[in-house]
Amino acid sequence: MQPITKKPQSLTNVPYHYCPGCGHGVVHKLIAESIDELGIRERAVLVAPVGCAVFADSYFNCDTIQGAHGRGPAIATGIKRAKPDSIVFSYQGDGDLASIGMAEIVHAAVRSENITVIFINNAIYGMTGGQMAPTTLVGQPATTAPKGRDAALQGYPINICEMFSAIKGAKYLERVAVDAPANIFKAKKAIKKAFENQVNNVGFSMVEVLSQCPTNWGTDAVKSLEFVQKDLMTQYPLGVFKNEGK
Amino acid sequence: MSEKVLMKGNEALAEGALRAGCRFFAGYPITPQNEVPEYMSAKMPDRGGAFVQAESETAAVNMIYGAAATGIRSMTSSSSPGISLKQEGISYIAGADLPCLIANVMRGGPGLGNIAAAQADYFQATRGGGHGDYRTFVLAPNSVEEMGNFPKLAYELSEKYRIPALILADGILGQMMEGMSFNFEPVDPKTLKTPDWAIGPAKGREKRMVFSYYLKDGELETALLKREQRYAVVEEKEVLFEERYTDDAEIIIVAYGISSRAALAGIEEARKEGIKVGLFRPITLWPFPYKRICELAQKTKAFLCVEMSRGQMIVDVKLAVNGKIPVYLHSRVGGAMPDGGDIVTAVKSALSGKKEQLSPFNPSECKGGK
Repeated sequence: MQPITKKPQSLTNVPYHYCPGCGHGVVHKLIAESIDELGIRERAVLVAPVGCAVFADSYFNCDTIQGAHGRGPAIATGIKRAKPDSIVFSYQGDGDLASIGMAEIVHAAVRSENITVIFINNAIYGMTGGQMAPTTLVGQPATTAPKGRDAALQGYPINICEMFSAIKGAKYLERVAVDAPANIFKAKKAIKKAFENQVNNVGFSMVEVLSQCPTNWGTDAVKSLEFVQKDLMTQYPLGVFKNEGK
Repeated sequence: MSEKVLMKGNEALAEGALRAGCRFFAGYPITPQNEVPEYMSAKMPDRGGAFVQAESETAAVNMIYGAAATGIRSMTSSSSPGISLKQEGISYIAGADLPCLIANVMRGGPGLGNIAAAQADYFQATRGGGHGDYRTFVLAPNSVEEMGNFPKLAYELSEKYRIPALILADGILGQMMEGMSFNFEPVDPKTLKTPDWAIGPAKGREKRMVFSYYLKDGELETALLKREQRYAVVEEKEVLFEERYTDDAEIIIVAYGISSRAALAGIEEARKEGIKVGLFRPITLWPFPYKRICELAQKTKAFLCVEMSRGQMIVDVKLAVNGKIPVYLHSRVGGAMPDGGDIVTAVKSALSGKKEQLSPFNPSECKGGK
């Protein structure tokens, strides 16, 4: 038999705890492949968030640090400034990045910290059990918005890539999805680019990944992919928002 | 030993940290500590380190968390309201067993309070401050000279035990100018060994993880008890204090930081009147010198705590004394400073046997169970 793919070196053998149908595992693999291909595993430092990806520090085979909710970009700043040869990446969910950690991520971009941010947008709080996220769609139900998000009461979803497009220090911004093979290939390219930029000292690079959460959306794997394609992509169009890398 | 120079407390603190090998500083403006980040922003680049003006105190302390995890000497400073914001990060740093230096140039509280000197963050500093069971070293300088020399001591203690270290100063110590000299040669960070837990370049070794969570059943209790064993060694070996005129003292004033300077002025005045009064100055507030205070309680008649709070350190003094002799309080707050003359009056009043103040429970008044 001829192996056509193999497990990336940048992943450990610890089994994922993620729910069936969740997008985190796919994104982890794309990150690990990118790190392998760029030959930067021994320089890589993961900043793990609070949220479903808290245990990402066990899954990646590189140095890791786990920090407080939303503070990843500040922690990454400290590591990168202390050890500029390190390749530092902050892995964050939508509650982490777009709610409690909004100040940290905005100012990391404003300073154009030479770090890589992988932003998982699944429009819900996963780890705590399905509460409304800043990216939850209007009408989408959540455990803290049982009748669906009501714009009059809870406002509108926040579009991070569009917002960060106005920040001069943000050098690379792309929104991708992991709903289907073609998009997964595009996501891989974007993630690799965001790491390559750091190697080339381009500055702040962030990839927003639309991901699926069948468990907290109260649906199954197939319907969750349809929700990404029909609903999430309408609110959050895919594409490159900024590309100032070489 | 450097030659004697005239320096402002905050600048001595910053220069002392740089001389001690600090190569990463992150901070946010707040009075009365602004000279610390200002000095760092001017001097850090020449020493080959990094300075970041953070977007908030919360971000600053998390930058320190990241930098400290790489094994370099890092620092953040602030004043009371900003230190409250840093407690989240301090808790994570303590939980991850990382060494670092945090300075609190205390001002009046609660809330926005005012910008004058105070000592009202004693409880917060000595009990951990953030969530969870932990301690930090707390060093209390009482001069510009100690502001400059304590950073090196703080780094050494912090690294030896992997416990974050706090320098607890106040607005007066930060703002006043005094002659001082550094009692150590500048440390070249290249001569410091990279610790075997540090993350960063990982060539040829296994991955390392820095974290503060223990989710499996029983893991967190085990980790906390293990950390507590280190705390016990610290409490046994690293207590620092200063005594003046305690040998023949009928009453001993307990005061730390700037209050101890006022206390000493009062003591010298009282001694001229023939009153046998001594000074006990805790230098480490954690570990607190319980044992020595307990010993002194056997040979003196009373303690008088002089504090710029409504009675915080007095709680530790009372724990050490355990009801054996009276413990009095002389307190000034809200930016007011204890005065030598008032302290003499308080000493006389205490020696005349008046009742202890501010004591929600006085053991000598407990009449038993019937």
